[in-house]
Amino acid sequence: MTSMDFLLLTKGPLFQIAIAIFALGMLVRLVEIFALGRPHNYAAARGGQLIPGLKTVYKRFNPDPGTFKRAPFDVIVGIIWHIGFVVALLLFIPHIELIKSMFGVTWPGLPNPVVDAVTAITLFALLATLIHRLTHPVKKFLSTPEDYLIWTVTFLPVLTGYLAYHRLINPYPLALGLHILAAEIFLIVLPFTKLTHIFTAFVARWYNGAIFGRKGVQS
Amino acid sequence: MADSSAPVPQTLGESLRKNGVSRRGFLKFCAATASMMALPPSMAPAIAAALEKARRPSVIWLSFQECTGCTESLTRSFSPTVENLILDVISLDYHHTLQAAAGDAAEHAREQAMHDNEGEYLVVVDGSLPGPNANPGYSTIAGFSNLQMLEETIAGAAAIVAVGTCAAFGGLPKADPNPSGAVAVTDIVKDKPVINVSGCPPVPMVITGVLAQYLTFGSLPELDEYNRPLAFFGQSIHDRCYRRPFYDKGLFAETFDDEGAKKGWCLYRLGCKGPMAYNACATMKWNGGTSWPIEAGHPCLGCSEPDFWDAGGFYKALSVPTGDPGDVLLAAGVAGAAIGVGAGILGRRNSAAAKASHEKVTADELEQKL
Ligand code: SF4
Repeated sequence: MTSMDFLLLTKGPLFQIAIAIFALGMLVRLVEIFALGRPHNYAAARGGQLIPGLKTVYKRFNPDPGTFKRAPFDVIVGIIWHIGFVVALLLFIPHIELIKSMFGVTWPGLPNPVVDAVTAITLFALLATLIHRLTHPVKKFLSTPEDYLIWTVTFLPVLTGYLAYHRLINPYPLALGLHILAAEIFLIVLPFTKLTHIFTAFVARWYNGAIFGRKGVQS
Repeated sequence: MADSSAPVPQTLGESLRKNGVSRRGFLKFCAATASMMALPPSMAPAIAAALEKARRPSVIWLSFQECTGCTESLTRSFSPTVENLILDVISLDYHHTLQAAAGDAAEHAREQAMHDNEGEYLVVVDGSLPGPNANPGYSTIAGFSNLQMLEETIAGAAAIVAVGTCAAFGGLPKADPNPSGAVAVTDIVKDKPVINVSGCPPVPMVITGVLAQYLTFGSLPELDEYNRPLAFFGQSIHDRCYRRPFYDKGLFAETFDDEGAKKGWCLYRLGCKGPMAYNACATMKWNGGTSWPIEAGHPCLGCSEPDFWDAGGFYKALSVPTGDPGDVLLAAGVAGAAIGVGAGILGRRNSAAAKASHEKVTADELEQKL
């Protein structure tokens, strides 16, 4: 198999398979959660649910002071790489072109050097999280194989993307193919692991805020 | 094709003098060849000396399933340039399009050249050919299938040069669904050296450059994973593109007539395949160094790469997947939603059943059991 065969495989059939597994898996998870519903609340509502729910979705982005005091590393490095990952994913021009071709929606991107710098920072932050996990006794004790799996599948698309952009793997079709493959693995693994938090975090936050909103208290 | 009344010049040097090429002009060509081959300029005199003495190798040019674009490209090297002369000084003994002879006489010329230069002649192929399992009737010459003619002609060849993407990789005829069962030369030729000079068509100077390199060193050039000479195919279009600073700054043309297009910004978003294409267009350019596609404002199609016809739309960015994931996504989404609803209902049932079958125990009962 030549590097071009590999690229065409990852851009064509493998991408279709990955996106199908992702969409199927993620919808099963989400629809199941919604279909399960919540127990009926017989108490009279003291406030709305929608707005407080949305507020909580937003408010949970601020780390609570207690958590920050106990684990400043996790909060700071966690925020850094999450933002970096999202910026590289959604604001890099080639990614925007891909999203446009699939969904018809588009938005302005960032200049490549900015995305490049963000990616480099993200890589370092991700490495730091792994080292921290391996050296911190409590974290190490709590870590399961799944945690290491999702670290790997998150790290690889960023790493291969960086290598492809800088053309550090030759020939380029191989570099790009590896990056697309890494992204496909991420997509396939996502619905069946903790990575579902990308979607469920917002559902959970909204439910949380909505429950408190109904009770007429702040969350 | 040499003038039959004058003695045929045996070496390139003789031929050049006969054609009135100055020593200075010749050395300039040698310097250009040296730089094309990524050799130091000090190699130019050595190349000149080697070329001066080079004997005219016999070349048999086979045209199979092709559009003649490769030959057109070659002949468009502005005459009279040294490139043309390189072709004059090789002994082009058989070439459908360029030779005067036709029919039996033409085929006879091929057989004669093969016989006279056994083991030494070069075979140049342009065009793909119907493979061993395909209907040979898709392309025949003088009653021979392309496959027969190729196998017969290469038997005594020193090396084969596959010119153009069709010969090198199958090209357009091989594009999905490949109705004629087209294959590349390397799919057939396994026991002889094959140099692929890809491009649709290849840059004329690259064709002549490869021949010059062969004449100079008498050996095959260093090749990449696709058997292409590294001297010409070692760098990507993207790495040598003069629009690259705009790519690096993130400045892109988004349509063919927007501000970015007018300012000459990068063509990535218009579908440029330069990042994955390895060719010499950016440095050697076309039409005697006048311009090249990206300079003319058109994205690179990646025509020097295998399967470029099937590698996604020409005007879709390189990052866009081939095929149409939209339908797949929709089908998977509908299936996912259905299974999700099913799982949800099942979950509700389970919890209702658990509730129904829940047996209450009083403290007294517990005490009795203990
Ligand atoms: S125009 Fe094409 S080859 Fe040139 S910098 Fe842009 S993407 Fe690269």
